[in-house]
Amino acid sequence: MDYTTLLLQFVFFPGFLFTAVVGLVTSWIDRKVTARVQMRVGPPFLQPFYDIIKLMFKETIIPSGSPRLLFLSAPLLGLSGATLASFILWRILLNPGQSFMGDLIVLLYLLTLPAVAAILGSFASQNPLASLGGSREMKLIIAYELPFVLALLVPIIKAQSMRLGEILAFGSLLPSASGVLALIVSILCMQAKLTLVPFDLPEAETELTGGAFIEYSGPPLGLFKLTKAMMLFILPMFLVCVFWGGIHFAGGWNSMLLGFLKYIALIVIIVLIRNTAPRVRIDQAVTFFWGPVTGMSVIAILLAFWGW
Amino acid sequence: MSLAINVLTRSLNVFHLGGSACNNCDIEILDTLTPKYDLERFGIVLVGSIRHADLILLSGIFNKKSASRARLLYEQAPKPVVVVAVGGCACTGGMFRGSYNWDHPVKDYIPIDAFLPGCPPKPEAMISAVVKLIHTLRGKKQ
Repeated sequence: MDYTTLLLQFVFFPGFLFTAVVGLVTSWIDRKVTARVQMRVGPPFLQPFYDIIKLMFKETIIPSGSPRLLFLSAPLLGLSGATLASFILWRILLNPGQSFMGDLIVLLYLLTLPAVAAILGSFASQNPLASLGGSREMKLIIAYELPFVLALLVPIIKAQSMRLGEILAFGSLLPSASGVLALIVSILCMQAKLTLVPFDLPEAETELTGGAFIEYSGPPLGLFKLTKAMMLFILPMFLVCVFWGGIHFAGGWNSMLLGFLKYIALIVIIVLIRNTAPRVRIDQAVTFFWGPVTGMSVIAILLAFWGW
Repeated sequence: MSLAINVLTRSLNVFHLGGSACNNCDIEILDTLTPKYDLERFGIVLVGSIRHADLILLSGIFNKKSASRARLLYEQAPKPVVVVAVGGCACTGGMFRGSYNWDHPVKDYIPIDAFLPGCPPKPEAMISAVVKLIHTLRGKKQ
């Protein structure tokens, strides 16, 4: 494949533009369902697009004494990580033959980049509340990455492969007990990866007033918000691919609709957890992820080894 | 009307700057975000950081000490930013006008786009003021 086609794919479909639009629509669903749960009407359909476009026209303020390059490049780092993850995932989903050895590990690293970008940005902004948000984000990464990686071992053991294409070909893991346990573990880790309630410690509107992003304004803030919306699309899609058989485009409309419903089901679970749980403390979050959640993922691995 | 103004009026992020208000205005401001009035219909949400603000909401009196701080916060907000004074105190000084710690009305420190008198103004009055403000903002750039 020549580089022009690849670049066009990266910018439009299935890369940046596609992920951004679907991610923003998903974030509208999140806000609308949240509003309906609280008996409100909620924002109009194009609200996330207005928010992002408005920020593109605002002034960018760089705090005095902060490293300019790092402060401005952190949002770009997060955005490029999310875009690349979505690009690789969708290329394999559309054509499983394009899977390469260890693409699961590449995706795992790329999905961590937005959180790393938030940490870099918060420490570059020279604000005590931002530093607090950054340090919480760092502890949260240490907490959730362990059970998340352990849960991803289950499909690797089942499919006997590190290639996403072969895991997709293996199909859904849900009939097995280990698959169900691993999916529950990874849903909890996904909630923390998206920094949504009850694990929204790095932002914590009520105590850190925006936390890691407190000093960001204008286009860089817009890029951070866009990255968050894109992650809301990529992460559930990643889980659907790894644990739930993915979306099959070859099998006609019915199988495509089924794949889409799986994605919607995960979004509904995320929104319901977000609307019914209070925020936890950082020590509670670490204890939760390293205790019961890691225990569950270890049990899932053992069950997978025994063929359950 | 330019695209910048169009999207700004559709997505106003409000930063609430309380200048030692008696809490009546604050309660009525929060009322507009409750299910009954729900200003998120128009894309209006509260934010915690001045860097995320498009609209600064002033309530209470700004006295000799706090008025300069309010000015500092206004300068830290990313432009374009809209300023609204809510309640009699923020508009004119109210019953505290002329007291020992009061110097000038806050409009002498910060350029204010809309005055919303009342003690406190009702949520309906606030929503009406927001609608008028949005119309004015759109009309300005025609």
